[in-house]
Amino acid sequence: MTFEKILLRNVEIPNSEKIDVYLKRGGYQALRKALHEHTPDELVEMVKASGLRGRGGAGFPAGLKWSFMPKAADVTKYVCVNTDEGEPGTFKDRLLVERDPHSIIEGVAIAAYAVGAHRAFVYIRGEFFTGVKRWMKAIDDAYARGFLGANILGSGFDLDLSVHRGAGAYICGEETAMLESLEGKRGEPRLKPPYPAQVGLYARPTLVHNVETLACVPHIVLRGPEWFASIGTEDSTGPKIFCVSGDVNRPGNYELPLGTPLREIIYEHAGGIKEGRQLKAVIPGGASTPMLTAEHLDVPMAFETLHAIGTMLGTGGITVMDERVCIVSAALRLTRFFAHESCGKCTPCRVGTQRLVDTLQRIEDGRGQQGDIERLLSLCDGIAGHTFCPMGDAAVNPTLSSIKHFRHEYEVHIERHRCPMSS
Amino acid sequence: MSPEEQKQPTHPETPTAKQAQRSMLLTALYIAQAQYGHLNDEALQRVAERLGLPLSEVYSTASFYSLYRLKPVGRYVIQVCDGLSCHLAGGADTLVDYIRQKLGIRVGETTSDGLFTLQTVECVASCGTSPAVRVNDELYENMTPQKVDRLLDQLAGR
Ligand SMILES: Cc1cc2nc3c(=O)[nH]c(=O)nc-3n(C[C@H](O)[C@H](O)[C@H](O)COP(=O)(O)O)c2cc1C
Ligand code: SF4
Ligand code: FES
Repeated sequence: MTFEKILLRNVEIPNSEKIDVYLKRGGYQALRKALHEHTPDELVEMVKASGLRGRGGAGFPAGLKWSFMPKAADVTKYVCVNTDEGEPGTFKDRLLVERDPHSIIEGVAIAAYAVGAHRAFVYIRGEFFTGVKRWMKAIDDAYARGFLGANILGSGFDLDLSVHRGAGAYICGEETAMLESLEGKRGEPRLKPPYPAQVGLYARPTLVHNVETLACVPHIVLRGPEWFASIGTEDSTGPKIFCVSGDVNRPGNYELPLGTPLREIIYEHAGGIKEGRQLKAVIPGGASTPMLTAEHLDVPMAFETLHAIGTMLGTGGITVMDERVCIVSAALRLTRFFAHESCGKCTPCRVGTQRLVDTLQRIEDGRGQQGDIERLLSLCDGIAGHTFCPMGDAAVNPTLSSIKHFRHEYEVHIERHRCPMSS
Repeated sequence: MSPEEQKQPTHPETPTAKQAQRSMLLTALYIAQAQYGHLNDEALQRVAERLGLPLSEVYSTASFYSLYRLKPVGRYVIQVCDGLSCHLAGGADTLVDYIRQKLGIRVGETTSDGLFTLQTVECVASCGTSPAVRVNDELYENMTPQKVDRLLDQLAGR
């Protein structure tokens, strides 16, 4: 099935990151329309009606978040663009920033106008060096053409946008940690509530969005919320970029309607498993989301359907593992990521993830002991729900879901004192 | 928050001068790192003085982020992605082993000529074009030992 590209419609065109190419492709018409034909309140209602949900991992309804921003005109408000993409298996935001930065700027400007913010910040991962350069150039050009700055397109609306470069810390993708980092501090999460829409950057109401979420906004304005809502499922509307990696023939970014079956994405779009091998496990939405097995391949990739089978849509980062993969070593590698990226603020996450890694490593190395599986489960119990930010819950998912689906493989490791997958 | 920070900013759209100054810290650390090669005591001290922050705060922030180097590194910092997707694509372990042997260093070490430092990093959002390797600010995708060979030779000016 072919699906008309919306978010990725520009990325393969030469020089798609340049403002002239973007304008030739109809760029900034949505901003013009938003500023001249709609009131801020109308735009909030349009985004609500579109059903757009956040693409950064949590899937929170965007319009609702916009409506939480205080209405008063004399309150300083901010918009922050989350370009901290670092969830293993996810590589869509980097593509959008490098190949279509103006579509994001257009989305930011519309969002800022809708919530009454005049100052917006891009927070970008320090590692995205090309991305930093593309953001800066695109912002400069948008200022030069009057899409940013004072009195945008003669509408009387002002907006300043600038780039802040992070410095290497996955946790800074969590929105409150990102705000701390924007303020020049250690990127340690803040307690929620209050949510950023109430108390955000410099203690002002702040709207935080993922890059892909913002890139949807111009299309909603131009083509209408009904059109957007007609794509996908009832609770998961619109197009979604699925990042497919791992043991598939054609890894890459595929834009498809939400609700597309996992099987179709892996076997039709990503070309199936390498050398015709069997699929063993698949992570549906980035390293934080519980893995699935071949049994689940018919699940529609939507927020509600994945939730119903005990996992999450997350970022839409699909990692495919074939029959040769040792599940303990996969869980180990994923958990090592969380242990490494724990910000250290709370003990269950800081210490717990390290103990998980140690135990998984022991099992993988053939030094596992009877009771280790129970030990892992009880460690997970002590972490999940007991941490300061959602990363603790995420960190236990590789271990919990791999034991749930492949407990036998753990047992074989322990009983035979070796990894059965390595020769 | 100090009473000064609680005061309304003069222009309602901008953070207070103090907040804005503090927000410069990450950028200032990048600049100092570029000037000094790594963030030694002198570099951190200078940043602290410039931004009017206690040295301890500057150090605490710098030590939080992995891109700030508190110790000297080689001219080229080779970072091999250790993430699951890169591993599945035959990266991570294979490439790390290969580079270790070729350069005769372990992960975290620098070659004796000061040219190369080897590190592993977590996912760099190139999972679809994995295995991925970063050298300083450049990203290299779909890497193989052969490509690593050529790259290292090129960097070493051989
Ligand atoms: C540990 C952790 C890491 C996160 N990393 C990112 C990230 O890299 N990019 C992102 O957009 N959201 C990330 N999020 C989600 C953000 O906290 C936030 O929900 C999101 O930026 C809101 O935007 P959205 O509503 O458009 O999705 C992360 C959350 C957690 C708990
Ligand atoms: S759960 Fe982990 S990442 Fe989150 S605050 Fe605690 S230590 Fe930091
Ligand atoms: S896992 Fe290596 S780039 Fe994502």
